[in-house]
Amino acid sequence: MQARFLASEVGSGLRRNVSMAVSVVLVTMVAMFLLGLGLLAQRQADTMKGYWYDRIQVSIYLCNANALAPNCEGKAATDAQRTALQDQLEALPEVKQVFYESEQQAFQRFKEQFRNSPIAGNVQEGDLPPSLRVQLDDPTKFRNVTTQFEDAPGVATVQDQEKVLSKFFTIINWVTVFAVFLAALMAACAALLMATTIRQAAFIRRREIGIMRLVGASNWTIRAPFISEMVIVSAVGVLLAVGLLIGLTQYVFTEGASQIALSQAFIGVSDVWLLAPWMLGGVVLIAVGTSVVTLRRYLRV
Amino acid sequence: MIRFENVTKVYPRSTRPALDAVDVDIDRGEFVFVVGPSGSGKSTMLRLALREEAATEGVVLVAGHDLRKLSTRQVPRLRREMGAVFQDFRLLPNKTVHENVAYALQVIGKPRHAIRQLVPETLEMVGLAGKEKRFPHQLSGGEQQRVAIARAVVNRPQILLCDEPTGNLDQAISLDIVRLLDRINRTGTTIVMATHDHDIVNALRKRVLQLADGHVVRDEREGNYHPTGELPVVTTDGEA
Repeated sequence: MQARFLASEVGSGLRRNVSMAVSVVLVTMVAMFLLGLGLLAQRQADTMKGYWYDRIQVSIYLCNANALAPNCEGKAATDAQRTALQDQLEALPEVKQVFYESEQQAFQRFKEQFRNSPIAGNVQEGDLPPSLRVQLDDPTKFRNVTTQFEDAPGVATVQDQEKVLSKFFTIINWVTVFAVFLAALMAACAALLMATTIRQAAFIRRREIGIMRLVGASNWTIRAPFISEMVIVSAVGVLLAVGLLIGLTQYVFTEGASQIALSQAFIGVSDVWLLAPWMLGGVVLIAVGTSVVTLRRYLRV
Repeated sequence: MIRFENVTKVYPRSTRPALDAVDVDIDRGEFVFVVGPSGSGKSTMLRLALREEAATEGVVLVAGHDLRKLSTRQVPRLRREMGAVFQDFRLLPNKTVHENVAYALQVIGKPRHAIRQLVPETLEMVGLAGKEKRFPHQLSGGEQQRVAIARAVVNRPQILLCDEPTGNLDQAISLDIVRLLDRINRTGTTIVMATHDHDIVNALRKRVLQLADGHVVRDEREGNYHPTGELPVVTTDGEA
């Protein structure tokens, strides 16, 4: 079949069935948007894990004058206590690096991190305790460190960032599961809608199909316009979904979130581009498969 | 060219066979009328030859193909060697005369230069030169059937099957259509035409196959609609 003839058949087919074509575009778009959302959430979790595991620290907060922890007994940690802790930490094989953050440094860092936030004004020097920041060789072995130092003299609390993050990752996992579940439902809807659309299109063109069969057109010639229509329509749906996802990452993550925290910790538009070919490929497969299965009845000789 | 060997066709959910142990041999270049009352098996014969239906028993040979051995994928190739014309024309209403005929070539992948040559030639041959741009609804019944014939023969098939092609046309027009088929036959195309039309059969004096209840009851060279020597009995619905 000549390409020009195929193109004119596809064009007239789409014109005759505009409303169904539009509905397939929209359903495909929503399905792929949700799927993209789920996959991006997972990617976000991975990105964050990578980012934080590079930096994960066990923070050993030392007692200061305002410390309320029972271990402190109301007194600030002495320099001797601090040096002793530091020596003990450096002796541990899991520990890569230890550095000391004074009250003043802690206050400076806090001001820097929350420079756009109104809470920065409520914190004064001395509110934040000095701490020993411990960098681990293997971030998963944090527990070895925390248990050993929790009750050491001069230690107020030991905080491990993994605990905070794991809660966050659980939430992201649920978001992913939910979004992918919805996406699967929508993909099923899209496939069923495609089948209905093809059935309707085949009915509209039953005379043409009858004549094609009569004059000896091959089955692929008869299928080609239907399959092309479905592929075009669903590809448009995917492109719209990709557009929405790019808009989302651009405005919510890249521009919105990076004002609050560090931009390396967030996914960006490039992650959407990585997903796009897979979504397009998957949808094209669904479109072709649905077309071939649905058209079987019309091609029986 | 077309051979039925002991062919029986029983449709699903039917107790009586539509064709019952039929033996027919049609040579290349023949013009054959298939006559008989409704339900006698005329259309079934044509449908079997087109491989729209498969025989329940027996062998159908068409243009050298044993249709039992023909796979689904090979059926299109068989149909490219035959043309078919029906009582209801089966034209595409949204395409012009030219487009309707060209369609049959486009869907089998003929190149455009071949289409540009074959379509006007064929339209000229069936007497529709000058009406290429009309739509089917702008044509008379006889002209519409000429378009259908042009579409059926534009690919130069060896066989042309006609299922009551004049069933919707009046006498004079019907005779014109059959004269056109006769002309096509003279170029070497084998023609099998199922019909009810006495006058046409009697006017052309071609081979006549008469069917009754799925059996061939008469096979006569240069036959009449009615068996020679028998008086025609005209019934109220015009069939004998």
